[in-house]
Amino acid sequence: MAEIRFTAVHHRFGDRVVLEDLDLTLSEHRIGIVGANGSGKSTMARMINGLVRPTSGSVTVDGLDTTAKGREVRRRVGFVFTDPDNQIVMPTVAEDVAFSLRRSGLTKPEIAQRTREVLRRFDLDEHADHPTHLLSGGQKQLLAIAAVLITGPDVIVADEPTTLLDLRNARMVNDLLAGMPEQVVLVTHHLHLLERFDRVVVLDSGRVVADGVPDSAVNAYTRLLA
Amino acid sequence: MTVIGLYHAGSSVLHRVPAGWKLLGMLFAIVAVLAASRPWQLGVAALVVTGGFALARIPLRVAWAQLWPLRWVILFVGVFQVIFSGPERAVMVCGSLLITVAVAALVTLTTRVTEMLDVCQRLLRPLRRFGVDPDRVGLVLALTIRCIPLLVDIVREVSEARKARGTGFSLRSMAGPAVVRALRVADAMGDALIARGVDD
Repeated sequence: MAEIRFTAVHHRFGDRVVLEDLDLTLSEHRIGIVGANGSGKSTMARMINGLVRPTSGSVTVDGLDTTAKGREVRRRVGFVFTDPDNQIVMPTVAEDVAFSLRRSGLTKPEIAQRTREVLRRFDLDEHADHPTHLLSGGQKQLLAIAAVLITGPDVIVADEPTTLLDLRNARMVNDLLAGMPEQVVLVTHHLHLLERFDRVVVLDSGRVVADGVPDSAVNAYTRLLA
Repeated sequence: MTVIGLYHAGSSVLHRVPAGWKLLGMLFAIVAVLAASRPWQLGVAALVVTGGFALARIPLRVAWAQLWPLRWVILFVGVFQVIFSGPERAVMVCGSLLITVAVAALVTLTTRVTEMLDVCQRLLRPLRRFGVDPDRVGLVLALTIRCIPLLVDIVREVSEARKARGTGFSLRSMAGPAVVRALRVADAMGDALIARGVDD
C-alpha cells in the first residue's frame, strides 16, 4: 500500500482555519475519514491528490509531494467526487471511461478493449452507448469509479461517494470500494460503511480527535456529536 | 431531453462509415437541399433521407423525436411564408428546414461524439503553428455537449425550487440562482478534470 503522509499541515480559507497541526501517516488498505460538516475532511481528502495545496506543511504520497509533483501524484491517486455528474465529461458511458486513457499511449483498439472489460466488471456494458445523463445516480457513481479505476491507480480517494445515493446504491458502491485491491480513502457520513475498514480518522474543527480501528473511532465520533 | 449527443448504437453501414465522410456527405446534402427549386426535388431528398434512417435502423420514435422540437418554428415560418410568399414557397422553406435537420440528426444518431471530435481535431491540426491546441478544442466541444443536459437540469431544479417556495416567475429569480449553480458546477467540473489528468 502507498504511504500517504501529512506533515505539519495547516490550511485556511481566508480567515477560517480548515485544518490545523495535521500529522498523520496513512498506509492501511482501507481508511475512513469522518467528521461533521465543515470539519475539514473533504479538504484533507483533496490534499491527497493535490487538488488542494496546504497553506503550510506538506502532503506526500510515497514520497511524492502533492504540491510540487501534482501530476505524478494524480496518476497514482484516483479521486471519486460526491456528485458524479461533475466528474463525467463525455456524453456516452463508454466514451467517458475511454476518456481516462486518452493520454495512456494505448492504441484505439486497446482502449476500446480495456473500456469493454471495465464496463463489464461494473455491469455497465449494456449501457456502453447510452447517454451518461440518462443513467441512474448509482450507475453514474459506478461509471465515475470505473473511469478512475481504468487508469490503474494505487490509491482511490472517495469524497462522500454515497451521499447522493439511495440505500441500495450506497451499499453497492460501498461494497465495491471496500472490496477493491487498491488502497481506499473514504470520506463519509455513513458510519456503518466503515465496519470493514482498517482505520478510521475522526476530524473536528480541522483537528484529528480520534484515530484507530472503526469501533473505537466511530464511538468517539458519536460521543462528540452527542 | 436534449437532442444533442444522442448516439443511437447500431452496426449498420451508416454507423460504420467514417465520421469525416459522414460530415462531408451532410455538407453536400445540405447544399443540395438548399439548391432545390421545385417541391418534387425536395420530395426526392426527403425519400433519400427517410431511406437513410431505415438503413441505419433508427426506430420511428427516435427519428420523430429529432423533428418534433421544430414544430413551432415550422408552424411560424410556414404561416409567415404562406401569407407573404405563397404556399409553394412555404413548402420549399419548411421542407428544406426539416430535411436539413433530419440529415444532421441522422449523422448525430449514427456517429459517436468522440469520432466527430477526432475529425475536428484532425481538421484543426494545421492550426497548431498558430498556437491552437486541437486536443483542448476537442475537449471544450465535448464539455459543451456534456454540459447541455447539466444546464437543463439546473434550470429545471431552480424552477421547481421557485415554485415550491410559491414565488412567481421573474427573470431575476431564475437567472440568479441558475448562474450561481452553473458556476459551482463549472468549478467542481474543473476540479474533476484536474483529478482526471486533463492538465497533464
